Amino acid sequence: MNNTERELLKIIADMDGTPDGAYNIRANGGLADRKVTPNIDIKSKTDVQGIEITVKSGTVGETMHIPVIISESGHSETVYNDFIVGDNCDVVIMAGCGIHNCGDGEARHDGVHSFFIGKNSKVKYIERHYGEGDGKGGKVMNPTTVVHLADGAYMEMETTQIKGIDSTNRITNATLADDATLIIREKLMTHGEQIATTDFTVDLNGVNSSTNVVSRSVAKDNSRQEFKSRINGNNLCSGHTECDAIIMDNAKVLAIPEITANHIDASLIHEAAIGKIAGEQLIKLMTLGLTEAEAEEEIVNGFLK
Amino acid sequence: MLELKNISYSAENEDGVKEILKDISLQIDDGFVAITGPNGGGKSTLAKIIAGIIKPDTGSILLDGEDITNLTITERAKKGISFAFQQPVRFKGITVHDLISLAAGKKISISDACEYLSMVGLCARDYINREVNASLSGGELKRIEIATVLARGTKVSLFDEPEAGIDLWSFNSLIRVFERMHATLGGSIIIISHQERILNIADKVIVLAGGRLKAYGPKDEILPDLLDVSMSACKVLTDKMEG
Repeated sequence: MNNTERELLKIIADMDGTPDGAYNIRANGGLADRKVTPNIDIKSKTDVQGIEITVKSGTVGETMHIPVIISESGHSETVYNDFIVGDNCDVVIMAGCGIHNCGDGEARHDGVHSFFIGKNSKVKYIERHYGEGDGKGGKVMNPTTVVHLADGAYMEMETTQIKGIDSTNRITNATLADDATLIIREKLMTHGEQIATTDFTVDLNGVNSSTNVVSRSVAKDNSRQEFKSRINGNNLCSGHTECDAIIMDNAKVLAIPEITANHIDASLIHEAAIGKIAGEQLIKLMTLGLTEAEAEEEIVNGFLK
Repeated sequence: MLELKNISYSAENEDGVKEILKDISLQIDDGFVAITGPNGGGKSTLAKIIAGIIKPDTGSILLDGEDITNLTITERAKKGISFAFQQPVRFKGITVHDLISLAAGKKISISDACEYLSMVGLCARDYINREVNASLSGGELKRIEIATVLARGTKVSLFDEPEAGIDLWSFNSLIRVFERMHATLGGSIIIISHQERILNIADKVIVLAGGRLKAYGPKDEILPDLLDVSMSACKVLTDKMEG
């Protein structure tokens, strides 16, 4: 692994050297390194590209790292990763994809992640997407995430795309059983000519299931963003979705929150707000001694923190 | 020392051009100065002109003899002017600790940030990691706003109606904040206020009405006349209330 690849791993997965716990590093379409633990097994799939991760029931306090890096221009891949988490677990999954593209060919990673979370298990899933390199080739990521939460399961998804991805189409579909909870926090910044679309669908099927889907985004330059969030309340349940976007320069942002109640006891709320940075916010920070550009940066960084 | 020379400012409204400030000249030395007067008299505009948020049509502003009329908000802030807004601004994602650090000009420790919050009567532990967003009440925001000015510790500190939106209980602690500030913070403390109790702790009082400087002098000279005038301001109303 070269320095560029090691830097990418630091950015997307906080990995500096070999992490504790299980990990699987995929680099330019191949397996770069892998470690399993007595509780977490990782196997390569044989029919398609990807891995199957199995977490034993009762696994508590383990963190696994599943990063993907692409540093070869023109490399394109579709990867299927399955996460099968047993009952009564409490684990953290750090995933992420970093592309360094200095060439003219498009570098592209389409990842399909499927989660099967067992009863009363708690999972925190952190995913970071990042692109760099000054080649003309595009840096494209299209993640699809499928989540199935069993009774009493709890999952927190934090997805971040802060820089350098030219085009992304993120699709997330989730089904929740009784007493299950899904929290999604998306952070997104687009600049230049980038395009990003996100599409969440959450089916609240179980009694007392709940979800909170929150997106915060900043669209700069000529970039375009589309946010769709669909919550279907099919039982006694509660759902909330919120999209909050800062628009700058010539960017365009479209937000479509959608809630459907198919049950009399479904309680659903949606909120969406798009606006530029308020002049008074800039003025306030300037009275503290910041320049206009520094004030803008603080406001954007704070918003996406 | 802050000096305003022949400051005038007009703004357009529905009825045409309105003169907000007319030929204001005054000199503010170190100490506690209160600016008071009826609503619409030009007080907030004057404060914004000092902070550089509004540019005057004519006139000049001098800070310690240096002409700062054409300096930006940022440049004036760096020269030592701080401004607490009448309606503090909210920020999603920026925490109280972040904001106080930005005000101090460096990343300050939690214990230092707590010091400033305690000075404005907030229990720091409850606030330090909270976002400066809509979840804070108007009174809490006002106190955080004041804490940012304390954290800057500059030679000119401007407060635009710090008492507005603050409940009676908080108001008492606010008075103590300003009394303490008067004793510890050097330079000029300029407070726009309608509150007699705030005017009472000032060294000097400026009265602005109709965009003009009506009076400026030591509190003991200005305040008795001011209170006298305001008491007899509406005889019809007082007669009715008493009758």
